[in-house]
Formats: sequence, structure tokens, C-alpha cells
Amino acid sequence: MKHTITLNVNGQKYTVDVEPQEKLLDVLRDKLDITSPKKGCEMGECGACTVIMNGKAVNSCLVLAVESQDAVITTVEALHADGKLHPLQQAFIDAGAVQCGFCTPGMIMSAKALLDTNPTPTEMEIKEAIAGNFCRCTGYKPIVDAIQSAAAVMKKEGA
Amino acid sequence: MSGTKVVGASVTRTDALEKVTGAAKYTDDVKFGPGMLYAKLLRSPHPHAKIVKIDTSKAEALPGVRAVATGQEFNSYIGLYLLDRTLYAFDKVRYVGEPVAGVAADTEDIAEEACKLIEVEYEELPAVFDPEYALDPQAPIIHEKLGEYEYAPFIFPQAGTNISNYFKVRKGDPENAFKECACVIEEEFYVPHLQHTPLEPHVAVAKYDHSGFCTLWTSSQSPFAQRNLLAKALKMPYNKLRVIVPYLGGGFGCKAGVSIEACVIPLAMKASPRPVKLRMTREEEFFCTFVRQGLKAKVKIGVNDEGKILAMENTYYWDAGAYTEYGVNITRASGYSSTGPYNVPNVKADAYCCYTNHPVGGPMRGFGMPEIHWAIEQVIDIICRKTGMDPVAFRAKNALQGGDITVTGGVMHDTGLQKCILKAAEDLGWDKPKHEAKPGKRVGRGIAAMWKAPAMPPDASSGAILKFNEDATVNLLVSGMELGQGTHTVMAQIAAEVLGIAYETVRVHTPDTDYSPYEWQTVASRLTWSMGNAVKMAAEDARTQILKLASDHWDCAPDNLDIIDGYVIHKGDPSKTQSLKHMVIYGLTNKDGLLKGGPIIGRGNFIPPDVSALDKETGQGPKSVVHFTTGAQAVEIEVDEETGVIDIKKVASCYDVGKAINPMNVVCQTIGGIYMGLSTGLFEQLQLRKGNPANNSLADYITATVMDMPEEIFPSFVEVPQVDGPFGARGVGEHTMVPTAPALANAVYDALGVRIKSMPVTAEKILCELKVQRLESQTV
Ligand code: FES
Ligand code: FES
Repeated sequence: MKHTITLNVNGQKYTVDVEPQEKLLDVLRDKLDITSPKKGCEMGECGACTVIMNGKAVNSCLVLAVESQDAVITTVEALHADGKLHPLQQAFIDAGAVQCGFCTPGMIMSAKALLDTNPTPTEMEIKEAIAGNFCRCTGYKPIVDAIQSAAAVMKKEGA
Repeated sequence: MSGTKVVGASVTRTDALEKVTGAAKYTDDVKFGPGMLYAKLLRSPHPHAKIVKIDTSKAEALPGVRAVATGQEFNSYIGLYLLDRTLYAFDKVRYVGEPVAGVAADTEDIAEEACKLIEVEYEELPAVFDPEYALDPQAPIIHEKLGEYEYAPFIFPQAGTNISNYFKVRKGDPENAFKECACVIEEEFYVPHLQHTPLEPHVAVAKYDHSGFCTLWTSSQSPFAQRNLLAKALKMPYNKLRVIVPYLGGGFGCKAGVSIEACVIPLAMKASPRPVKLRMTREEEFFCTFVRQGLKAKVKIGVNDEGKILAMENTYYWDAGAYTEYGVNITRASGYSSTGPYNVPNVKADAYCCYTNHPVGGPMRGFGMPEIHWAIEQVIDIICRKTGMDPVAFRAKNALQGGDITVTGGVMHDTGLQKCILKAAEDLGWDKPKHEAKPGKRVGRGIAAMWKAPAMPPDASSGAILKFNEDATVNLLVSGMELGQGTHTVMAQIAAEVLGIAYETVRVHTPDTDYSPYEWQTVASRLTWSMGNAVKMAAEDARTQILKLASDHWDCAPDNLDIIDGYVIHKGDPSKTQSLKHMVIYGLTNKDGLLKGGPIIGRGNFIPPDVSALDKETGQGPKSVVHFTTGAQAVEIEVDEETGVIDIKKVASCYDVGKAINPMNVVCQTIGGIYMGLSTGLFEQLQLRKGNPANNSLADYITATVMDMPEEIFPSFVEVPQVDGPFGARGVGEHTMVPTAPALANAVYDALGVRIKSMPVTAEKILCELKVQRLESQTV
């Protein structure tokens, strides 16, 4: 039986019909054409599908679409909406934290969820925040560096 | 090379903006509309069995099923170096997971349901799971028709056996040389199967229209090899098969050659004209695409009392899996590189590509080199321990230098290997005292050196087309894949350097075989060198055209002109400057008032100039490969005596890249390589139980995480130019993971005195060896 849900993605309201077992990831990718969340495993093990839902980083492959009724969802597409890069995006570019790029949207969303709640994280807190995000290319170090320098920039900008 | 502007600069990646904004499209992101069908494959549950009967009638009758394909219809042979594989399993299945049938249906669920309705009757056969056993005359034969298969001229299959390639080296007189040695060590090593685990699983979409024109969108490292192999197997004219590849979410080799594409096109042909998508689940990805081959290695090295290596005798048994169409060349590479990067006058090497009933072995980052160096570099360490020689000094002393004779009898080109060994050791602090270990922990250091050549056929070539636009921006068409290594950026830099324009104005495209020029494959760390040469030629071609136009316009010799920052200038007359804008499409008038020129299009093509065949019996020849990239890595660890858990403290590495076109890219490749080297060295192993995968999920297949990365990394490089490389460059993508695992194992020995000969170096194995060590010391 189909359900009709309404959700807010990147500041826009959408109403979509979904199957009971349908995943948020598939709704975003197939029905809304928001393709930055990637399918790496569909089992909650790789983090490629990470989006921010109601302020928290979640694996959208594990979220049932029906659970996202009225949810506020942010994907990496929204960070660049006004044509200016978010400090995290700029830092990822500058630190060499992007190679194949398949992990990048999810990685940035995990990092953003962290910095939104903890603007001055320790290195260990950064590592913990991205522990569920798999990257096979970069060796992680540049990603940790990028998040650290983005935090510094955001602190300065906010101050 | 001095005086370059953008070559040698750590400029920002050209693809970074697309990737951080979510704009970058990967194959699974492309939309095909509501008509698209979903494919699922029925896979063999048996490692080795005869297919007695297949009945697909119930599946075909299921509503929503649009096509079913099996090997009864689609059984043509396909393969890169040896045509030993069929599109779908035909008379036999040879590994668990082999595609037996495919279904295309309106939904994934229907396709999956239909697969369950296909009835297959098998007759199970005895199987082979050990490469050495594969050579036993008693072992069941996996490919009865091996003697009839087509193969490349440098591959040597042994008909009537399970050996699909046998590569031999016979150099000097090892038997007598060993007698002169002061120390001879012989040991056996083991490397398990791995899976590349790119974050993006394989996905392919095929559409076959009513006119017989086929388009394939696929996550592939090899659009032109795809077209070549698939068009040949399906008897299509090459210009009726179009292969399009967007960005790749990593590959590391498993997306080279052809894999799932062989199954999706037959379904698209039967479901014509609807597009059909086949996407691997993560579980399938682990054992149904390529895996890294297993290896059993026997390595024997002899040195004289001055610490000079006199002889090696190495035997490599590759556990190459059920089909070795690609893997046969890994065996060859292990043969022509069999000594590691050392000057060894007397060599006997035997490399066997062994069929087993394991998943299909294919290329993985390093192409056999991480595996053989795992063995060689540990035996060298054992020799150093035994004779009291310093592992750094020993390696530096025996390192191949320019002018030395390699294992295959060719002359080694200039190389910075010795410098790399010394630099990695210095950066680690090899000569400095170790830091004090915490209670219950021990500190250890290890080093390993490496070499690797691009493994490819002698005619692996590259093309490039460079088109100017009205505003003097450039579209650079190439077919080397951007799979994360940064090749698009490097190509933009090369073109910009030659043309005197900003690299940001060069847009490099992902390939479409209908419009992009030929490229053999994105493998072997060959793009910077091979495609780089083609791009350089294309840019030079365009530059020549531009300078000719300007020289006719000003009525002067082209030699007096240069292009700087997008302007043609006259070196002797500052009043003469001409913007590239407009003229690169609309031309310039010459002194007679006539309009000359037209759209500037540069073309470049490159083929390896001078590789020669090797003798079948001795493996000797003047030039086995185009070049070797060399390097070394040193590791410092702290290991817990009670738990065996390793904490990586420091890694220092140095490679000879010839010329770093983009130093930051080299560093990023190095850090990524160290990660993959540590991950495979510490954790990774595809567990196969009688051919069945036991840990095919990201939860069970353990990889290194952000927590396992070393506190300190010192990545460096030296630049001994590659004479035939663009600006002196050679590749470095794969190399950076090659020495990591043996350096790690050597560090464990340094810390604890235990030798782990089977990869990975797990805490469990360390504890087990420590127990043995304690028992032995008690009995003494
Ligand atoms: S796709 Fe959701 S965690 Fe991997
Ligand atoms: S950049 Fe490729 S997986 Fe992270």
C-alpha cells in the first residue's frame, strides 16, 4: 500500500508517494533526482548515503521513507546553493581530501553534522564523527585535516 | 626540468568542485526514464559442476519479466589476454557466484523472484582450491579446452593442465652461484585473496535499439577495452557499440577489462529497446567481479660475505581463480619483476598461473607486486638479521642502478631507487634511537623497497584530441578514466604548459567511445606517461598551428613567437601581441589580406616505442617493459605484547616519479597507497571456504579505518627524469602500496622477533607466534 509523505529537502517541500519498505535514499535519488547521496552498500555500513535529517547525520539507506514524514533533510547540494562554497567544501578541496569523490558528499554531511553541534571538535571527535564513513582512496588523513581547518575557518567567520 | 609554469605546481584538482558540490555524475546517477528494466543474475552455488539442464520457462512466465538470458544462447568466449571465459556459464560452472542466467524485469524484486524460478540441474565435480595442488597430475582439470583457447603471443598456456600461463626466467648460473654464497635463505609465503572494495559497486546499463545499435553506460576503467572485447564476442561492428563512462567511484583494478557488462548486454538485446540496469550489491561485489589473486611464493636468496646478492630462485604459484583471461598477465609481470628491484646476476624464476575453483582473479593496484614483494622483502630482512647487515644499507647496496642488467637481461634506465631507500630511512629516523615504549609494548622498525613496471601489451596506446573554443578555453578529449588518481588535472596541466594558457581553462572530459579518442585502459599507472605523451603531442600540434597563423599574420618566423598567458607574443617586438580568443576559431588575416586558419584542433597519439618480446625459455630480451617506477617505505610501529595489536606510529616513503607534474597529487596518492598497504597488510582477506565467500560484507571484511592510520606520515619523492615521459614523468599510482605490508612485517619482527609469513599481519597471528617463541625458549 502506498503512502503519501511530505518532506523538506534542501529547503524545498516535496510530496511523494512511497512504498512501505522504500528507503529514503531511493526516494532522494530516484524520485527527487538528488543524487549526491550514493549507494555504496545499502546496509548502513559505508556512509556514502549520509544526509542530515533533523540535525543528525543518518545513513539514508537505513531510513524508511515513511519515517521521513515532515523531516527536514539536507544534502550536500544545499551547501552550495547560494553559489558560495561552504567552508567544509573549500577545505576538502584545499586539503586534497577528494579523490574519486564517491565518499565526499556523505563525508561532508557527517562533518557538517559534527560542526553544527560541536564547532571546536578535537581530532578524536572528528575521527569518531566520520568513523562510519568509508573512504578507499584518500587514507582519511587529508579528510581529518580538512575538517579541522574548516572548523577553524568557521570559528573565525562566526567570531 | 626547470622553467615550467604549471607543470610541477600543486594546483587544485579540476574535478574537485564537481565532487564537493554533488554535481559529479557517476553511472548510477544517470537517469534512463520509466522504461528502464532491472537485471539480476542467477549465480552458481557450486565451485565446480557440470550444467546438466537449465529450465527458464517459469521465470519467463512471471509477469513483469522482459528477458531471460543464459549460456545456451550467449556462450561466446571473451577475455583480454586469453579467451577462456564465456558471457554466461555454458557447459560448466567453475566458481561459486558464476553467472548462470540473467533476468531483466520491471523491478528489481521481480527480477530477483524470477531468478529463483529458474531451475538448474548440476552435476557436481571435484574442485581445486590450492594453486600448488592445481599442478598435481591428480587434480581435476578445470578447463578441458585450454589448448583450444585464443591467447596473446606473450602468454604460454600449458594444454591439458591447470596452468594457463607459465613464465620462466633463466639467467646466469644460480645453482653454482648459491654454492658461493655465505648465506642462503629460503622461505615460503602466502598472500590471501582480497577484494578491491571501491566505494562505488559495479553498475552497468545497456540499451540495444531496434536498429541494432548498442549503448553501454558502465563504471569501467576501460571503455575501449570494453568495446573491443564485447564487440568481438557479440560480433558487432565496433561503431555500433558505444561505451560511455562517467566519473568512477574508485576502481583499483576491479573495474578494468570486462566483468558484469558481459551479462547485461545480452539482456538488453533480448529486451530491446528498453535500457537494462545491472548493479552489484555489495555482497556480490566481493566475489562476483574481480578479486585479487592469492599467491603462494617460495623465495630463495643467496648473498656473499660482502652482502652482495648473488642468486635468487623464486617460484610463484598464483591462485588465479576460475578464469584467468586477465590474470595470466599478472603471472607474467611477477616473472619479469621476480627479483624485486635488485641487481641479481643469477636467477631462476618460475611463475605459474594456476586455475582454481576460486573467484576470478584480476588486476588490483600493484598487479602482483605487493604480493611478490611481500615475500622478497621479508627474505632480505631475514638475511640482514642473520648476517647482521643493516637492512637499509643492504638494500641501497644491492639496489638496481642505471646501466645495471635487470632480471630479464635488459639495461636498467636511470633510477633514484637508492636515494629513495635512504630518504625513507632518514625521514623515519632509522639511525636515531627508538622512542621508549610504554610498558607492555615494543617498538619496531621495518623497511621495504619496490619496483613496478606498467604491465601491458606492447601496443597499449593512447590518443588525445584538443579543441579550442571561441573564448580560448579548451576541451581536451581523452579516454583515460578519472577514478580518483587525479589524471584529469595532470592532463590539463600538461596541455596548459605547452599552450601557455591557464590550466583552469582546459576542461578534460570523461569518455564516450563515439567521440573520444582511443585509450587502451586506465591501469598499470600508465596514464601520466602514455596519455600524458599523447596530450603533450596534441597540445604541441595545436601550438604549432597557432604559431603558424600568427607568424603568417605578422610575416615573421614562428621561432620568434611564444604563447604566454593566452597571448601570442613576439619575443623581439613587444608591440606585437595577439589574444588567442577568437583567432583559435576564426583565424587571422595574413599579409596578403587573406583569412587563414579555422578551428584549432590538436591531435596526439602515442604507442610505447621500443618494448621487445622475451624468450619463452629464458625470459630474456633487450627490453621487457617501458620503465620501472621504484621506491621504498619505512614503518615504525608499537606492538602490544599481550594483545598483539599493532599501533602504526610513523610511515616514511619515497618514490622516483621522474617528474611530479602535480606534487600534491603525488602526496595524495602516497597517503592513499599507505592506507591501502596498511589495510591489506593488517586486516584484509577475502575468506573462501571451499570456494564460498565467508565475509562478503563491509561489516565482515575488515579494512583499516581512520583510527588505524599512522600518527605521522612523511611522503616524499625524487625526480630522476624518464627520458621518454612527458616532462620526464612516470606513473606512481599503484606503487605507493607495494612495500607497505612487508615493511610492516619486518617492523613486527624488529619489535618482537616473530616472523609473519602469511598476510595479513593480524594480532591473532602475532600472539600465536609469540606463544611458539615462548615455548621454544622454555624448551631450550
Ligand atoms: S549505502 Fe547507506 S551506509 Fe552504505
Ligand atoms: S575519495 Fe574515493 S572513496 Fe573517498
